[in-house]
Amino acid sequence: MKDQRASPRPIRTNKQRAALTPSPALAYLAPWLSIIVASMLPGWVIISAGPLIPPLGYLMLVAWRQLRPDLLPVWAGLPLGLIDDLFSGQPFGSAILLWSVTMLALDVLEHRFPWRNFVTEWLVAAAMIIAYLMMSLEIANAGGGATSLLVLAPQMLLGVLAYPVMGRVVARIDQARLTRFRVFG
Amino acid sequence: MAPPVNRRSGNSRRAQYSRFYAYVAAVLGVLVGGYFLLTSLGNHAGFSWARGAAADVTEPVARVTTATRAGADSGIDTLAGFATWGSQNAQLKREVALARVQLAEAAATADENRRLKDLLHLSTQDPHAVATAWMVASSNTSSRRYATISAGSNQGVRPGMAVRTSLGLVGRVLETGHFAARVLLITDSESKVPVRRASDGTPAFAQGLGDGTLQIQLLTLGINPLKPGDAFVASGSGGLYWPGTPIAVVTSVTRDGAIAHMLSDPGASELVEVEPLWNPMDDPSLPAPSGPPQVAHPLPHPAKPAKPKPAHKHWL
Repeated sequence: MKDQRASPRPIRTNKQRAALTPSPALAYLAPWLSIIVASMLPGWVIISAGPLIPPLGYLMLVAWRQLRPDLLPVWAGLPLGLIDDLFSGQPFGSAILLWSVTMLALDVLEHRFPWRNFVTEWLVAAAMIIAYLMMSLEIANAGGGATSLLVLAPQMLLGVLAYPVMGRVVARIDQARLTRFRVFG
Repeated sequence: MAPPVNRRSGNSRRAQYSRFYAYVAAVLGVLVGGYFLLTSLGNHAGFSWARGAAADVTEPVARVTTATRAGADSGIDTLAGFATWGSQNAQLKREVALARVQLAEAAATADENRRLKDLLHLSTQDPHAVATAWMVASSNTSSRRYATISAGSNQGVRPGMAVRTSLGLVGRVLETGHFAARVLLITDSESKVPVRRASDGTPAFAQGLGDGTLQIQLLTLGINPLKPGDAFVASGSGGLYWPGTPIAVVTSVTRDGAIAHMLSDPGASELVEVEPLWNPMDDPSLPAPSGPPQVAHPLPHPAKPAKPKPAHKHWL
């Protein structure tokens, strides 16, 4: 695998490079861990009186799925949604259901429209985010809430705008994922 | 343009099976999610053990971010203070002069109150906080308004207890873990607090709207007496919230009530107090219920004193 990091590094001989190898654990777990952290993060940054911060866990999931379609299996929505449900405040099961449906929907979309670019991916992600927030609201209201759709408008806008930024974050993590470490022994 | 993913599994039976089972697992995820969702919609307290455990495990990390958040807030306040100190100083001096007069008046009123209460054999009762805690997290992405506090059943926190700051009511405890508890904020659309207007005791309900404001619903019909600036406090009816806890101030009047802002903005309140359950029947300082009218001859079956009400369920 090619090391693409731009930071200046000491020049190594091929033999020295061979002694450095990417950690399989980090390479495989990075997408999962980053989505889990993104699920927990919004709760910690501020205590807000209204829903404002976009669902970062969901944004991260869609971004990983679109940037590196081969890394996350199509069933990833089940375990990752379960963890998101523990922190989001939604009725339990909401994210398991919606994230699983998202993974299947993105799979179908990719099948129908195999060639894609930045704009189409952003449009697809925006539609996904807005649909996800509306479905989440329906579920939360079915669970006892009575919030109007208007309250969600700023969150939807922020979510759609934050998506490309999330894509850059995912790209960074994707590079760091293959960091080479010195192996001892 | 990104190239399409190679979806061909070829002749490898193993690759074909693994693709097939991945889709089976994905559909299973949809079914499992739907099943959990139906279960938790029917029973709100379901899976509270899982949420409690998750809150317990992440509480140390959340606490670190709380400290950072508090530091950032006070730093911004300090910087903002430099810009406005001159005019603010003059304004504060005027306010202090006014407040001194009002304080003397309030002291007189408090003294009068005490004497009147003595006459009625009522004692002033202040709730003794069960625990002090940090607000460590909140449900920022969901339309429901929950927060997590850094005290749980180990600190004596129980479901139903009121959570407040020095400024006013924040919410009530829904579920407890060992070191953390989940709080339903009063701005949640499911929270309904019985309130009264501080000035004259007009009864109302304060229901959350989910965006930091509260809808004040008057209990009495007729002309809407509310004005912007009216303060509402908890009335204590129905138990749960200690009477007199400040709740909200009216910002705009609607046809049949008003929209109010909560006094204790959860965004600005890092430290909260958990108050014990308020149950009017448990209060020894209240006079005994009057009971059946006294008659000259003794009754064959003396009326038993009213049984204390069981602890309130937290779902109203």
